[in-house]
Amino acid sequence: MERVRAILLIAGVFFFALSFLLMGVLPVVTLADVPTLTLAEVAPRVQESFLDLAERWPTAFTKSFGEPTLDAYHAALRRGREIYIGEGCWHCHSQYVRPVSNEGLRYGAVSVAEEYQNEMQRPVLFGTRRVGPDLTREGGKRSNDWHAAHFFDPKSVVPTSVMPRYPWLFEPVVGNVLPTPPNRDGLALIAYVQWLGTWPRPEVEAAAKEAP
Amino acid sequence: MIPPAAVTAPEAGLPLVPLVDLQLVRRHLLAGFLWLLASMFAGLLVSLQFLGRYPIDFVEIFSPGRVRMVHTNLVAFGFLLNCLAGMAYWVVPRLTGLPLQWPRFAHCNFWLMQLMGTALVVMLLGGHAQAVEWGETPVALDPLVALVAVGFFINIGACMLKIGRRPVYVTLWYFSAATIWTALTYLMGNYLPQFFVAGAAGGAIAGLYIHDLVGLFVTPLGWGAMYYFVPLLLNRPIYSHALSLIGFWGLAFFYPLQGVHHFLWSPIPMYAQYGAVVSTIAIEIVVATVIVNFFLTLRGQTDQLRTNLPLRWFYTGMVLYFVTCLQCSIQVLLSVQKIIHFTDWVVGHAHLVMFGVFGFWLFGVIIHLWPRLTGKPWWSHQLNVWHYWLSTAGLLVMFLDLLVAGVMQGFEWRNMAPFESSIIASVPFWAVRTVAGLVIAAGQICLAWNIWKSRGALARAPMVPFVEPAGAGAKPA
Repeated sequence: MERVRAILLIAGVFFFALSFLLMGVLPVVTLADVPTLTLAEVAPRVQESFLDLAERWPTAFTKSFGEPTLDAYHAALRRGREIYIGEGCWHCHSQYVRPVSNEGLRYGAVSVAEEYQNEMQRPVLFGTRRVGPDLTREGGKRSNDWHAAHFFDPKSVVPTSVMPRYPWLFEPVVGNVLPTPPNRDGLALIAYVQWLGTWPRPEVEAAAKEAP
Repeated sequence: MIPPAAVTAPEAGLPLVPLVDLQLVRRHLLAGFLWLLASMFAGLLVSLQFLGRYPIDFVEIFSPGRVRMVHTNLVAFGFLLNCLAGMAYWVVPRLTGLPLQWPRFAHCNFWLMQLMGTALVVMLLGGHAQAVEWGETPVALDPLVALVAVGFFINIGACMLKIGRRPVYVTLWYFSAATIWTALTYLMGNYLPQFFVAGAAGGAIAGLYIHDLVGLFVTPLGWGAMYYFVPLLLNRPIYSHALSLIGFWGLAFFYPLQGVHHFLWSPIPMYAQYGAVVSTIAIEIVVATVIVNFFLTLRGQTDQLRTNLPLRWFYTGMVLYFVTCLQCSIQVLLSVQKIIHFTDWVVGHAHLVMFGVFGFWLFGVIIHLWPRLTGKPWWSHQLNVWHYWLSTAGLLVMFLDLLVAGVMQGFEWRNMAPFESSIIASVPFWAVRTVAGLVIAAGQICLAWNIWKSRGALARAPMVPFVEPAGAGAKPA
């Protein structure tokens, strides 16, 4: 118990492997019958909000994504998630609604494991801090306009907000014309946030069917 | 204090080889301290955002969200990695009697480590983070992080393996286990959730990573340092070997099992959450045995805490470690989690453990070693005392402030107050947090100034025997 090789083997390898097995592999096994979905399966159709982006800022949209097709939508969601990670959004906004502390009332349906088994949650974006509210069910709660104004200057719509502003998600200002339309990254981030929580939830639909 | 055998002659006739590469230790400790200053500056900057006073929020690369990741990552891969490496490069050769086997490799690894730190800052500010908490190092940079960490462990591991089948001292139990744990933890946390495991199960692994980086990389190296330096400073052995054994094997068994407690009430399977809660409470008992062991080692010598500054750092850090673990065993309860999860409570906890425990221990190491590394006494003992009190006071204020803020936020949310209401109520707490941060930073400036004034012909004459400065009052007769 006091020799380097014994410690390397028992503590270093064996105990670590044991913990990995119990706390890492076992949950994987438990969730193995839940299929890991692709983006096409969790975003099966182009959303109204995405079409709205194309109508609202046609020049910026066409330049960024062309036509609002399903492929363009998926590209926007992927890019939006990259921005969400790169800007550290997930450090202040969680993405899971707990079954306690009235969170179901405040944020919407409590999160279930099935919702996370997809490529948009690899790595999972649970988050550990809520400086701002949870975003699991954010999609469709507010308009694209609201989100654009909010990303440009959060205080303009929520005066008490401590969220940073993100002017680089918008086209450069020419002259004094404000606001400028969101650029590619800005559109993508709005599309991503508007998608959150709108994925198909077969387990919920099945439960609804079973209910009399 | 330096034993006469600062050099070793393994066999007669061979040239004397310096046992400790003083330059390497010096470089690592100094680099780590500079990264700490950078990290603190980033942290202070982010705290201003919470007060609506962020000065440069229109500059994309200094966006608060990105600077926050620089703050946390520099603590892990700048400050802790460097200072712990410096400490281990001093301790391991002395405990094994063997100098580092490949000094050039160790020096190369030092520069690679600084390159990694710089690249880390540049890429995070460039907006290329990876969505693994405390492992936001971009995916492209992960191999380099793993490389320098493994490089460091190969260097100390070679010494430890070379001593063969002899039983080794407690410090080396912790160090040798950490060699394996760190590599496994890093690879597990950065690659599995990124490429292989999606969703809740990936979250379980990400939780293991967050916790193991503290528990299996920083903690064992930190406790290794405690077991080495405290008996040395007190000039007496550790009180109980049996308690040392319980402490190590208890930590080795229970610590890795806890990771999932970062995501309680989440969609991760409930048995994993219960298991994490139970093992978190279990380790509190193990921690208590270690704390008892160290206090019994101090018995009859408590007066030294007043006169011996490094010792005071070590014991302050240890008391805060006990507070951390006690807090952990309470906050991990599912009922307490209902209120405090997602709040500033957790932020306070993180600062307590990272700065209040491991930061403090490493300050003890720096205060103790720096004169021995440079051959020159501290320029000012008084500045070091100021460093101690400013750091301690700042940290305690920050910790208590965030604790109260967290409870307040948790209840506001549960009581269905509008979210804005919790923000408005938090602003005074965030203001206190910034002031506490400034106090801590002032303390670090004291130490930085002292290091600067204590400098001399650093690179030359590294073997000057150390003379205790008159009036420093660091050692009893």
